[in-house]
Formats: sequence, structure tokens, C-alpha cells
Amino acid sequence: MEKLMIANRKFSSRLLVGTGKFASCEIMAEAIEKSGTEIVTVALRRVDIENENDDMLSAIDRNKYLLLPNTSGARDADEAVRLSRLARAATGINWVKLEVTPDPYYLLPDPVETLKAAEILVKDDFVVLPYINADPILSRKLEDIGAATVMPLASPIGSNQGLKTRASLEIIIEQSNVPVVIDAGLGLPSHAADAMEMGADAVLVNTAIATAAEPAEMAVAFKLAVEAGRRAYESGPAAADKRASASSPLTGFLRDDKK
Amino acid sequence: MIGSGKYTGPDIKTILAQKALDTGAELWQQRLDKVSSNDVERALACPAGTYSFERLLAFVSPAAEDYLEQMAQLAHLLTIKRFGRTIRLYAPLYLSNYCVNSCRYCGFNRQSKYERIRLTVEQAVDEADIIATEGFKDILLVSSEDIKFISIDYLADLAKRLRGKFSSISIEVYPMSIAEYGKVFEAGIEGVTLYQETYDRAAYAYYHPQGPKSDYENRLTSPDRLAAAGMREIGLGILLGLTDWRAETLALGEHAHYLVKRYWQSHVSFSFPRLRPACEVERSQFEHLLSDRNLVQMITALRLCFADAGLVLSTRERAQLRDHLITLGITKISAGSKTSPGGYSGHSDALKQFEIDDNRSPAEVSEMIKSHGLEPVWKDWDKAFIKD
Repeated sequence: MEKLMIANRKFSSRLLVGTGKFASCEIMAEAIEKSGTEIVTVALRRVDIENENDDMLSAIDRNKYLLLPNTSGARDADEAVRLSRLARAATGINWVKLEVTPDPYYLLPDPVETLKAAEILVKDDFVVLPYINADPILSRKLEDIGAATVMPLASPIGSNQGLKTRASLEIIIEQSNVPVVIDAGLGLPSHAADAMEMGADAVLVNTAIATAAEPAEMAVAFKLAVEAGRRAYESGPAAADKRASASSPLTGFLRDDKK
Repeated sequence: MIGSGKYTGPDIKTILAQKALDTGAELWQQRLDKVSSNDVERALACPAGTYSFERLLAFVSPAAEDYLEQMAQLAHLLTIKRFGRTIRLYAPLYLSNYCVNSCRYCGFNRQSKYERIRLTVEQAVDEADIIATEGFKDILLVSSEDIKFISIDYLADLAKRLRGKFSSISIEVYPMSIAEYGKVFEAGIEGVTLYQETYDRAAYAYYHPQGPKSDYENRLTSPDRLAAAGMREIGLGILLGLTDWRAETLALGEHAHYLVKRYWQSHVSFSFPRLRPACEVERSQFEHLLSDRNLVQMITALRLCFADAGLVLSTRERAQLRDHLITLGITKISAGSKTSPGGYSGHSDALKQFEIDDNRSPAEVSEMIKSHGLEPVWKDWDKAFIKD
């Protein structure tokens, strides 16, 4: 399996994991471990970033995982930038998963403010991984201004609906020059495998693992699905076709004539 | 102003009037009694979590009582899906029990002849320090209507002092203007809880005979003003026990739905204050008190209509009941609360707003939450969201 490369850093796992909604930090830590992930995202609103003994932060081994702070809860670019800077000042981490979600219900990302915040943060030497709707033009614009990835959603966050934005995701994957990480709405391992087979570079999963009855087992299931999907993609899958394709063609006898 | 620019629908006064939710308690009681089990089953078959008036009507009807377990199961699953296996914790800080109002159900009623106390900003900071050492990051500043002392400037000043210690500060005080809400928002207060108490105009007039709170419409339109000022959290509620809870919940649902449509950047939460014994307030005076069963029906009905609303429960409720309610829709609870000003430092036996019924410490409540397979969440906001 090819390595995933984000901002010149290599990762063996193509599964990113979120830390919200778990029943306890121990359960979260076990799920992270079992998922084989190397990138773990944490909401800055949820942790006390300046406190090394914070329950959640201390459950994530920074030597093993890249801690990816996210700006969940930010309503506009200003707030997202402020949160990112605070996190960097406290931790030295200059990676940020940029989330600007002014609607508190569906938590859909604001394209205008996300682009604005991304520009500011990139100029300020952040490695920016923006969460966006599945918008191919926005993806290109973010790529142009120096975003390290794009993270389009598969369906509304936490909805477990799977790849509802498939048509747009396919365009983004086709056009993108930065890794495409499919971020939200993947509810089942089969959704993740599907995304990887489509050619996504990675997926991020949180709710589907955290709210499963057995989060650690579900983390393993996602790990396997992401690997299976990626391997299938790299193996050049046979094209799906509605028409039949016989393994012994009916016109095979004409072969000699053609020569 | 946030979110209200293009809204052309009716305002909340009109919405309530059109449905007679502010005057027609009897009419709605008859209508609720007509809901059939078939109606409830149809409501249950719709995708859980989206609002419609008809579905809320079905869920709060007497007929739905036979479906309580099913409603609770759905509410449980929906809450886990949207909020995860977590419960947020907060603590109230009472600032003053001087009051200019005469609400018939409240211990702070200006006619109650008991010792009154107000905390200076300095004293309030000291109380908050105690709350912070218990682990809280989310604080609710509560005051009776004592605007001369607990002024807008006082609240702004206190919020600025508390910002370093708490990641989320909200208030439950008195109605303000947009400019006043804007001022306390700028100072770092991100949420406002303001119960309408009752949407029924006649009952409202009876229970609030004197003082500024007797102005029904000023209270009703406060959530508009605070949302327009940019507040992130709008806390709604009715004081359960004043009138029939079923019709009140319909009005509450309409109010929330209206606010969500009009102020799309603010998050609505519901609280469930049941009338408690208070100084000079006898429960026997109230004929509409809710049973536990009623309370569960109301909580689950609102969850099934508002997937993402915060559902808040205070220490008014007894421990054993709270332990169960956190698994069927509640997302945020208080713990270790003191409901008199100065109560945390123990220097005051002043008049309490109401008696609390869950006297466990925050640490004990936290352990209880864990024992249900849930994570107690102390912090879910950050001071970095506030502009310097």
C-alpha cells in the first residue's frame, strides 16, 4: 500500500480518527490504538490545550500519533484563526483541521469563512486541513492558496449516511493535487471502503466508531475497510459495466481473420 | 445583528396567537385528548429528530403515554448519535436574591421577609473560584431581577474576571435590550437562559402580578434580542407545574422552531424546571404539578422533535431520577449546586430560590455519569472564542 503524504510527512495509515462522543478516555484510547491511525484530531473547545494533564490530551500518546487540533465551534474566520494560534502557542503543533461551522445544527462548513481563514493561516505557516462541503471549485481555491489537503464531507457530520455527495467527491478526487480526505458522514466500514475505492487518499471517522456498542472492534473494522478499499484502488479494479462481458467471447473465432 | 435580516415570517407573538397557544389552554386540552394511538404511531414512524407541530402534538398527547418506552428508546439512540456518550456539567452561581418582582412561586419574591444578600463582583469571583476548584469550566450566573445592583456593567465586569477560569459563561438574569445583550456578549458571556415560565397569558398575569416581569411580551421577545446580539446559546423553558404542561410544550416547541429558523447561528436548549418547594411557597397551591412519567414524556417528546437541542436538568430533581434521565435525552446537568448567593463559601444561609434535591458533590455526580457508560464533559467551549 502506498504511503499517504501530507505536507511532506508520510503516514502508513489512511484512517484519521476523531475523539468526540466516546464514553470515556480509556475507551477512546483503545479505539485509537486498534484503528491503527496515525492522525488523531481533537476539538480545541473540548480540551484544555494549555494543560498537559488534561484527561483527553493525556490519553493520546503524542509520540505515536500526530495530534491534529480542530477548530470545531468556530462561527467565522476570526474565531478559527484565534483558536489555531492559541493551540500552536500552547503545543507547538502547527497543523490544524480548519472547521468553520456557523450553523449549530447540521454543522455544515462555511465556504467563504473557511477560505478566508485558510489564507490567513497558510500565510502564518500553518499546515491547514480544511473541512469543506463537497465543492470542487472551493477545493481548487483552497489548493491554490496552499491548503495541505481538502476534507470534503460525504454527508452531514455525525449522520452516518455514507457517500451522499458522491458525484461531487468524484470530481474533487479527479481534479485535486493535494490529498483528499473524506471527512464526515461515514457510518459504516463499507462507506469507508467505498470512499477509498473511489480514490480518496484517506478518510476521517469519529461518530461511527465512538457511538458503536464496541468502539474498539468498530475501529478495527474501519481499519480493515480502509486498507481493503485502498488496496483495491491501487490494484486497478475491473470496470463496472451494465453489459455482460463473457469470458469466452462469441466472436473469438474471428481472431485469425483480423491478423 | 445576526441571522434576522431576511426572515419574513411571522414573529413569535403572531405565531402563538394564530395557534391560540397563548390563550387557548382548554381548546388545546381537547385537541390533545383527541390524538389517537394511530396518530402517535404515525409520528413515531417519521424520522426521529425533526420538528413538526403535528408530531410534537402527538408525542405530548395522553395517547402517547402508552408509547413512552418506545419514545425513550428512540430518544436515547438519537441523543447518542448527535451528542455521543457524553454529559456536560455546569454549575450555577447565584449573585443576588434581592428582587423587584412578586412571582407567586418563587422564594425570591420581594414580599418574602427573609435575609437578602448580594455578592459584590469580588465576592462573586471568590465563589467562582470554589466552583472552579471542583472542576467546572462551565458556569451559569444567576440572579433575581436586581438590575440596580446586578447591572449590565456588573455582569460584564464579572464575566471579564471569570474568563480566565471558565471556558463557558452564561447568564440567567432578567430581560435586556439588544445593546445590553451585545455588551455582555462582548464581555464573554456566550449564552442566556430565560424561561418564559408560562406561555399562557392569563396564567402569566396571575403568577407575575407586579414588577417588570409582569410584562409578558417583553419576556417573550427577549430570545429574539439576545440572538440578534450574537449569543450562541438560547436557553428556553417553562416552569413546570404552573399550567398544563402539554399545551405549554406545544408553545415551547413553536418558540424554539421559530428561533432556529430566524437566528440560524444560535443553538437552542431546553430546561425542565419543575416547581420545587421554596420559602413561603407550598406545592399544594399548584394543581398542575408533573409526575415523573410526565417529565419523561416531555423530555423525550422534545428530543424526538429537536435532534440537536441541548436538554438541561438541574439539581432540583432527586438523585435517583437524574440518574435515569441522563440516559434518555438529557445532555447537560448541574452538580453540587448552591441556590443562595454566597452558598459555595458557606458564609451565607441566605434565602434560597428553591430547595435542591440532589445534594451529591460534583465528583460523586461525575462518578455516577461514568457508571452509566457516559463521559462527564467539563469543558466544551473555549475562552479563545471571545474577542479580546
